[in-house]
Amino acid sequence: MSETSKPTQQPQPVAKPKRSVNTTLIWQLVILVVLLGSWEVMSGRLFDSFWVSKPSLIVSYIYNWVLNGDFMRHLTATMTEIIVGYSLGAGLGLALGLPIGRMERTAKILDPFLLALNGIPRVALAPLFVIWFGIGITPKIVLVFTLVFFVVFYNSYAGVRSVERRYVDLAWVMGARSFRLFSKVILPAAMPYIILGLKLSIPYAVIGAIIGEFIASSEGLGYKIQLETSIYNTTGTMGGIIVLMILVVLLNSILAWIERRALAWRPPSRSSDAGGQGL
Amino acid sequence: MQSSSDFLIFDNVTKVFESPDGGQVTAIDNFSLNVSDGEFITIVGPSGCGKSTLLNLVVGLDKPSSGQILINGKPAWQQLRNIGYVTQEDNLYPWRTLRENVEFPLEIRGMSKSERRKRSAELLEKVGLAGFENRYGHQLSGGMRQRGNIVRALSFDPGLIIMDEPFGPLDAQTRIVLQQQLLDLWLQDKKTVIFITHDLQEAIALGDRVVVMTARPGRIRSVYDIKLTRPRDLHHLHDDPEFRNALSDLWDELADEVSAANAMGRK
Repeated sequence: MSETSKPTQQPQPVAKPKRSVNTTLIWQLVILVVLLGSWEVMSGRLFDSFWVSKPSLIVSYIYNWVLNGDFMRHLTATMTEIIVGYSLGAGLGLALGLPIGRMERTAKILDPFLLALNGIPRVALAPLFVIWFGIGITPKIVLVFTLVFFVVFYNSYAGVRSVERRYVDLAWVMGARSFRLFSKVILPAAMPYIILGLKLSIPYAVIGAIIGEFIASSEGLGYKIQLETSIYNTTGTMGGIIVLMILVVLLNSILAWIERRALAWRPPSRSSDAGGQGL
Repeated sequence: MQSSSDFLIFDNVTKVFESPDGGQVTAIDNFSLNVSDGEFITIVGPSGCGKSTLLNLVVGLDKPSSGQILINGKPAWQQLRNIGYVTQEDNLYPWRTLRENVEFPLEIRGMSKSERRKRSAELLEKVGLAGFENRYGHQLSGGMRQRGNIVRALSFDPGLIIMDEPFGPLDAQTRIVLQQQLLDLWLQDKKTVIFITHDLQEAIALGDRVVVMTARPGRIRSVYDIKLTRPRDLHHLHDDPEFRNALSDLWDELADEVSAANAMGRK
């Protein structure tokens, strides 16, 4: 590809950003080691490790729990609640938010109801869900659903509303109508908001499942954490919390991967990008 | 039988807007013009004279208050498949690559993928954008984006191309290059073009006829035949006596309207 008429402006050099990513990673590792190290060293010296446990104890607790304990049973219960509740909430949030974003009047009529519903602290609903649905996984799924739905609904709604008129007008002039106008212009233009909603709602899904398990349950990571706390096993509590943390990070990285693929077209510097408004 | 000067007809087109305070603003007043098939019409006028409104009426983004715009005797807005619209703003879809943008109208028309590829490659090659097909808008220069806009409007081979100050935001050098490219493209298959600009030199350099519009309300002040021969070499046009004559004649007309528009703005 030397003498042919290749474009003169090749994409930006790749080497430089890569190096800075590595430095970032190193710094992140340094901070992690310092935090965990000082926790390990201070626990038992500055604080009683009975209250705060220490990383080495927690690691060995998780290790034993995963290999010899009931880890899989609790993980499966919590994951089922999160995945089913999230899918239902996100699915309905998209199914309603996207079309209602195009229906100004309907949106106006529904607005006070949605605001009021979303204003209810979901924790207050949790006991009611137990009365309605028992102590199985159903009330947790419902709780996750109610939390995820609104986040996804509002973000996809706002995404559709944010689509610039000129893009829609021009597509209309080029012959795009109803479905194609939606799938080829409105949906991709609203995608940054949609993805944002899907990402923001992940921690809500986890919170919903854990709170549901706190209220009444016989299995799940929330149940396990509460059980360990009730017998003053702070190592067990911390172990459960750390597993949850890892779970959220993993779920987030799945969505980050989806985001990279779906929004590959966005310029890398988001701060100077008009499309990044509201993110 | 229709004569060729009936291809595109503006028949007493008037557009009145309701202003927010309840009053009425006439944007276009009794605009009448017959355009032949294959003619390159440039419309020049002071800013705010309703030039862009006129194009929105052609494609049905807005409806005339009275009068009609016809292509081959039928309302223009019912024949969008035959109209390519190049807007002033950079309207390449940012989520599509240059190639995908050019292919957008073809996708809407249900053309097969391989045919689309062939068509877009051919067009991008013509305007010197081969090798940039997979770039997104933010990875292209302003001139490249505007060339993309133009070939997107040409992709489905429309009989009428309307352009709303397409080279407005570009620097002077890029502008001449793109003007020349546009003329070369146009000469290859002689589509009918309505080209709006506020730049009188551009209007003369490109057009077969220059329509000078008045300050608001937008009326036709005069229509001027440009007798420059084709093909035109835009880099050396300024030495042509015909160009100089047209420029000085038209400038007198336009200057009146520009000062009228400015006086309106001061009120």
